Amino acid sequence: MSELLRAYLTVVVFLAAAGMLVGVSLGMGRLLRPKRPSAQKAMTYESGVDPVGSIFGQSQVRYYIFALLFVMFDVEAVFIFPWALGLEVYGVFGLVEMTIFIVILALGLLYAWRKGVLRWV
Amino acid sequence: MIAVALSDYWVQTAIKTGVVLAVIPTAALILGYVFLLKMMSHMQSRLGPMEAGPHGLLQLVADGLKFIQKEDLFPDRADRFVFAAAPLVVLCSTFLLYVVVPAGPTLIVEDLSTGVFYALAVSSISVLGVLMAGWASANKYSLMGGLRAAGQLIAYELPMVLAVVGVVIQAGTLSLQGIVTSQANGEIFGIGLIGNPFILTQFVGFAIFLMATQAELTQPPFDMPVAESEIVGGYQVEYTGFRFLIFFIGEFGTAFVFAGIAATLFLGGWYVPGLDLDGGFLSNLIGPGVLFAKIMLVAFLIFWVRFTYPRLREDQLQTFAWKYLIPISLLNILATAVLKVVL
Repeated sequence: MSELLRAYLTVVVFLAAAGMLVGVSLGMGRLLRPKRPSAQKAMTYESGVDPVGSIFGQSQVRYYIFALLFVMFDVEAVFIFPWALGLEVYGVFGLVEMTIFIVILALGLLYAWRKGVLRWV
Repeated sequence: MIAVALSDYWVQTAIKTGVVLAVIPTAALILGYVFLLKMMSHMQSRLGPMEAGPHGLLQLVADGLKFIQKEDLFPDRADRFVFAAAPLVVLCSTFLLYVVVPAGPTLIVEDLSTGVFYALAVSSISVLGVLMAGWASANKYSLMGGLRAAGQLIAYELPMVLAVVGVVIQAGTLSLQGIVTSQANGEIFGIGLIGNPFILTQFVGFAIFLMATQAELTQPPFDMPVAESEIVGGYQVEYTGFRFLIFFIGEFGTAFVFAGIAATLFLGGWYVPGLDLDGGFLSNLIGPGVLFAKIMLVAFLIFWVRFTYPRLREDQLQTFAWKYLIPISLLNILATAVLKVVL
């Protein structure tokens, strides 16, 4: 197995360790904790009164437009990181190219701003 | 030969896993005791818990023992599988963050070449856990809290990522160990006496990184997702006993490792002038202590802000990220790049 893959094997081992910690501690808790279920305990909590309406309540999702903007800028970040690593090699050429790229994206943000997308409605 | 090497790897990995398994709950206890219980109390002119152990030292251990004896409740409308898996997802994100933070020249779990990029990527896994908890609880407060958390975490993810780019430009590497080395070997106006901790040149990046960390940890003033006075704890409201405690360990374990990443990126990590960079025994002995001191310093800043500022409203919170932090961090990247190319 190559060094690279082996390094990521450790990452997988850590995932398993997190699962083990949760499993062992919950298993240990099973020996100690009481189990007396009742309908009242399993009722959805709504500040002490009986839950009103459908439990899977509907909520206005104001965040989706921000999520769209996020995708745009996150893709930008993916392009910026390799550029930042190789800046010494690219020199002035890389600098000018990336300035153009960032300015175009900043214009996109400015457009969204002027359109009122960033306002809370 | 191959068998020996393999067993060597597994032995090493077992030791590393054991160390991190011990470090994460300890880190959560230390931050919880020193800052959440004691510093906050003293700032508010009171003593805080004093009964369990000397000066209340064992209060959180006692709390943990209490939580483990609590009944394990599932709301009857909840999506049981997703409800149970959500705390695990949050804790996984915390564990994966500990893989890349170096505590000495050879004291690092894996020096991944993608280093800081990997750390930013796995830190956002916790958003999934929070959304899962919010939706699966089948509770209106939880759903609102989960959505608020998702909206906040994606808004502050960007300034955090962009603030790190300045450091990457200066260091020319993504590996956290490489970033420590380049700070140690750096020079300020030709003087290499204390190296070049990037906080001196990237102070804008450091400030943005800390603010974004605050928001990612959903700590006040960015605690809309868990605001107890309006949505009663948000996505955590239906969790009881140990499952709730796992969220707590995840939050404080993540606070600790984020402070560690900030210390590594901006304050020079485990290195202080005079230490050997190439893996001497002394460096491995002193390195973790140095890193711990820097972590406590950064954590102090994070918690100081937490106890000082009132909660931001949701629209103020989004405005702050999109209209201030992101444009400023873009300017910071351009300024750093120009200086790097010109100088």
